[in-house]
This record gives sequence, structure tokens and C-alpha cells, in this order.
Amino acid sequence: MNIAVLAKQVPDLVEGLEIDASGKALDPDSLRYILSETDDHALEEALLIKERVGGRVEVFSLEVGEVREALYAALAKGADRAVLAQTEGEVRLDNHTLARIFADLLGRGSYDLVLTGVRAIDDLDGSLGGLLAGYLGLPYVGLVRKVEIASDSATAIVEKEYPGSYAAELEVRLPAVLGIQAAEQPPRYVPVSRLRQVMKTAKVEVQDASLPEVLPVAVERLSQPEEGAGAAMLSGNPEEIARQIVDLLSERRLVG
Amino acid sequence: MTMGTFEAAPIPEKPGVLFPEIASAEDKFRTCLQCGVCTGGCPMGEVMDFAPRQAVKMLLDGRFGEVVESNTPWLCIACHTCATRCPRQLLISDSLFPALRAAVMAAGKPLDQDLQKALQNTYLYGNPMGESPRKRAEWAKTAGVPVPIVSQIKRPVDVLWIVECYPSFEPRNQEISRKLARILNALGVDFAILGHEERCMGDCEWLAGERGLFEMLIERNIEILSKYRFKQILMTDPHSYRTLRNVYPALGGRFVVKHVVQFLAERLSQLKPLLKKQMDVTVTYHDSCCLGRKTGHYDEPRALLQALPGVKLVEMIQNRESSLCCGGGATTIYLDRFIQDRVKDRLADRRVEQAAATKAEILAVACPFEPSRFEDAVKVTGQEGKLLVQDILELLAESMGLA
Repeated sequence: MNIAVLAKQVPDLVEGLEIDASGKALDPDSLRYILSETDDHALEEALLIKERVGGRVEVFSLEVGEVREALYAALAKGADRAVLAQTEGEVRLDNHTLARIFADLLGRGSYDLVLTGVRAIDDLDGSLGGLLAGYLGLPYVGLVRKVEIASDSATAIVEKEYPGSYAAELEVRLPAVLGIQAAEQPPRYVPVSRLRQVMKTAKVEVQDASLPEVLPVAVERLSQPEEGAGAAMLSGNPEEIARQIVDLLSERRLVG
Repeated sequence: MTMGTFEAAPIPEKPGVLFPEIASAEDKFRTCLQCGVCTGGCPMGEVMDFAPRQAVKMLLDGRFGEVVESNTPWLCIACHTCATRCPRQLLISDSLFPALRAAVMAAGKPLDQDLQKALQNTYLYGNPMGESPRKRAEWAKTAGVPVPIVSQIKRPVDVLWIVECYPSFEPRNQEISRKLARILNALGVDFAILGHEERCMGDCEWLAGERGLFEMLIERNIEILSKYRFKQILMTDPHSYRTLRNVYPALGGRFVVKHVVQFLAERLSQLKPLLKKQMDVTVTYHDSCCLGRKTGHYDEPRALLQALPGVKLVEMIQNRESSLCCGGGATTIYLDRFIQDRVKDRLADRRVEQAAATKAEILAVACPFEPSRFEDAVKVTGQEGKLLVQDILELLAESMGLA
């Protein structure tokens, strides 16, 4: 089973976000990047599948922020290959452009499964997996939380989440693209000593990627969330605030 | 260019391969008398699959792997009672347990999620809470006195205060940090902090068996500390204090380090005239593990408390060397949920009950882990309104009119 995982860097919310003077982009000086949480789950699911049925896990990223460290961490966790695609110019790309770049990269290899996080914090429409599947001419299932490969490796049974705590089992023909909601277990820990050892001995493969000619999504304006009129701020010491919350909850009959 | 998969290492029968400390310690462990003093004094021994004496025996019998697989590695709270009492002075809590934990990690076994998050946060941000390193000195803005940052003042200082994670970020401890800033200011101490350059000192990471993270933190901290000129380092966190004092020198970081109770006790004659407010209160003092058993500061905190006008100091049944741990040492402050499922009553609750039995009105502490742990235990044990948890610094600030 050859599995490709897309690992995307997203802004780290620990630092808070600032909008630059143009009003259309985040201020790069305030930004710090981190691996997208759902992509971390996609990698974990890929490693679990590999542990169960054998095969290889290859991780693909674009050159953004601390991405090399994330790729070394993936190798330390058990990935077999890490590929860093370098593009010229703009590093924050919309999903149409990303999907095209990844489709070109993946087209150079042969994969039974392509796993990506179903969405990222800077991409709530979750369109990357679907667009990529379109470009590659493969089936796509999103919101996946479990993957079982059939014994002949021709199909997989995937568990897909639906609203209202429903889930469905779908059979999908392989190769396929899957948008991972959560892995079957939390992403594993990499001891720093192993990470450092991998950084010394392993290589991240660099490949050139050209910026494709797709019509990107244009950002008109970014804004900080505005305080809504319906919000009431509670004040007082912790005991007083706790009392007010209890009163509010029981007034609205939200607690017994 | 591709590479092979990194296989999870098998659990070694010789733990020294994974944890260099124990390789040299192993021969020493061969001198173990199997007397059981370690297990006898261990507050967690009864819930461990293999209590300390048994764990040492299994190490020597080549059955280390069985201990790694058991619940034992994550139940040691690093109170260091075993090591303090051991007639052979075997460093059970400082070497055997970190080696067990390192073996769990090297074998690729899943970690407790709270602990994993704390370690990942420390790697990314230099603090276990996952707070922005840029905001490390935010607490100082409301201190009411200048709290200079050493990189900004561009001159040598007498005292470099390493504030550490809890006192920098945890609201209850931030209050205590602000009070210490006022006390230092009132004493005319020439001090500065590291601000955004400060990172975790690594005590928890070392005891967690996260050797690589510990080394990374140490390398970075020594590099930062070497940039500045100061006469001594001041700390309020006993864990980091003992690590910087006892462990850093062997790894290239030699500094004069003082815990705040020691620093202030040295200035008692200057401090005493400033202690004006009559306190009229009965106080009992909790010896934290790292300030007591690990570094032997039993007298200074008591001297500070007795200098407070109208304070009557009473002792709990377990005091000084036999003090009962709050249950949050080593990494176990992140393993509360794991431990709570395995014990009858929590150590912090037991400790607060001991304090209540003295009829003291105040439980005085000198460790940043204690206020939140003991205040929680005060509520759980029904002592609310009867027993108040106060850092010694809070009591000093109150008597100095700086509260």
C-alpha cells in the first residue's frame, strides 16, 4: 500500500493573528507556522494503515514556515519519504492552486491512497481533497475517521462522519483521496532525541514546483471577529462569575 | 533519496542503552540491599504494580521490560523520599524512573495525552501550557514597580531572576511574581528578568524521560544565560532551582543559584524592619520535595515565617525530611487524571488534612505548584474558609504593606 500524505503549514494561533497594512493578508512578522492538526491526523492514520497492511508512507509539503521540522518529525514517526516542494513567490496559496501543485507532484509517483486533513484552520471550506481528487481523476471521501483496507487492496471501507453524531461506512475503490477528520488514535509523540537523530541522518527531498495557471480565489478583506450585540460579558471574582453562569444556565433550563 | 522506516526500539533489558545516567548507576544499583526502605516511604508504592524495591530487583534480574510495561513508570511523583532514605544512596527517582519513562517513549508506546501535550508545548513554545513565548513577561506590566528585562537594560545586574513557567503564566502564581517584584524593589535589589528569551529549565522533561527535550532546553538556556552578566540567579520554583543548581553544572552551565527563601533569609536583618503589619495568625509550612529533601532548605522558610510579627509556626505530623509530597512532582502535575483513577485519595488532599489537623489558619508554601493544588484540595476536603493557602512571599508582602 503506497500512501501519500499532504502536510500543510497553517498559522499558529498561540501567537494571535495580525492583519497587515493591505488589509488582505496576515502580517508575516507576527506569524509562526505549525502543522495543520487534521494533517497530523492524516499522517497518523497513514502510519496505522502501514502498520496493519505494510507499504510506504510519503509526505508532501510546500516550503512554508517551520515545514522542514514537521517533515523530519514525520520521518521520525515512521514515514518513509518526505518531499518538500519549492515554488517561487507567494507562499500562502489558496486551495485551487495547492490542489494543482500537489496533483502535479503526486502524478510523478503511484499511490493507492492520498490522505489529507479534511480541512485546515485557514481553509474552512475543506476543498483541497476534493479538488485534488478531481485533478487526479480519483474518488474522494471527506470527514473520514477510520480506514480499513480490503485483503485484495483493491478497495477500502471508510467510516465517514455526518452531523448529529451519525456515521456511515462507505466502500471506496482504490486509488482514492481521503479527507481525514481524525485518526483512530491521537497522533503519536516523537521524542526529541529521535527527532534530532533523524535531522542528522535523514534527508528531506526538495523538488521544484511551478506555480500553476489557475484562477486563484482573491481575498477582498480580512477582519478580526467583531463583538456581537448578543454577547453579555460577565464580571466579578471567579465565584461571582460561576454563580452567574449557573443562574443563566438554570434560567434557560439548560441544566436540571 | 529515501530512507528506511524508524522502527520503534524494542524494550531493552539493559536500560543504560537508552538512558546514559542509569548505565553508570546500574553498577551502583547492584549494591542494593533490598531492605525496602524505599518502598516503605513511597507514598505511591501501594498502587504501583512494582513498588520501588521490586522495580530495582527486576532491573537487576534483567526483567526491566516487565516494569516498563506496568503502571509503575507513571506513578512516581518524584518526591525523592526513597533516594533520601536509601542506605546506599541510590537515585531511584532521579535515574531509575526517568529511565523507565524513556524506555516507554523509545518503544513508541502511546503517552498520556495531557503529558504529550505538555511535552509538545514545551518543545514548541518553551512552556508546558502552550502560551506564546513572546508573552512571558506580560505579568510584569501590572507589578506596580519596574521589572527590567536584561536584554533591554544593557548592563550587568546583581540578580538575574529566572521567573519560570508557572510564575510567568499561571494567574495565581503571576500574583505571587508581582509581589516578589515589589519585595525586591523595596529591598533595593538590582535585578532583571530574561523576558521573552526565557524558556522552561527542563526539570519535568528530564524526569519524564524526555532526555532529548531536556538537552535541547539546557543547550538553549546555557546559551542565553551566557550572553548576560550577573552575579547570581534567583528562582522561586524549587524544581528548576535544584536542576539549575545540581544538574546544569555537569552539562556546562555553572551559575550561582539561589532559591528565593534562601535569598531573602540572607537579607533577614534588612527585611525585618520592613515587616510592619502584625499578622496574628497560626501558620504551618509545607516543605516541598525539591526545596526540602533535594536541596535541604528546611530552616530558611521557617526563619522567614517566624520573622513575621505575630506569626505562630506549628508543624504538621510529616515535616522536613518526612514531608508528604503534594503529588505534582516530576511530570505528575500533567498526570493528575491518570493518577486520580488509581489512588484512593490524592496526596494533596491528605496533605491539606494534615495541615488542618494542626489548627493552623494558613498553609504556607514556597513552590509554584502548590497554591492551585492545595487550594483545590482545601475545597475537596471541606476546609474552605478555615485554611488559607499562601506563598511565603504573599505573607511577606502583606506584612510589608506591598500586597
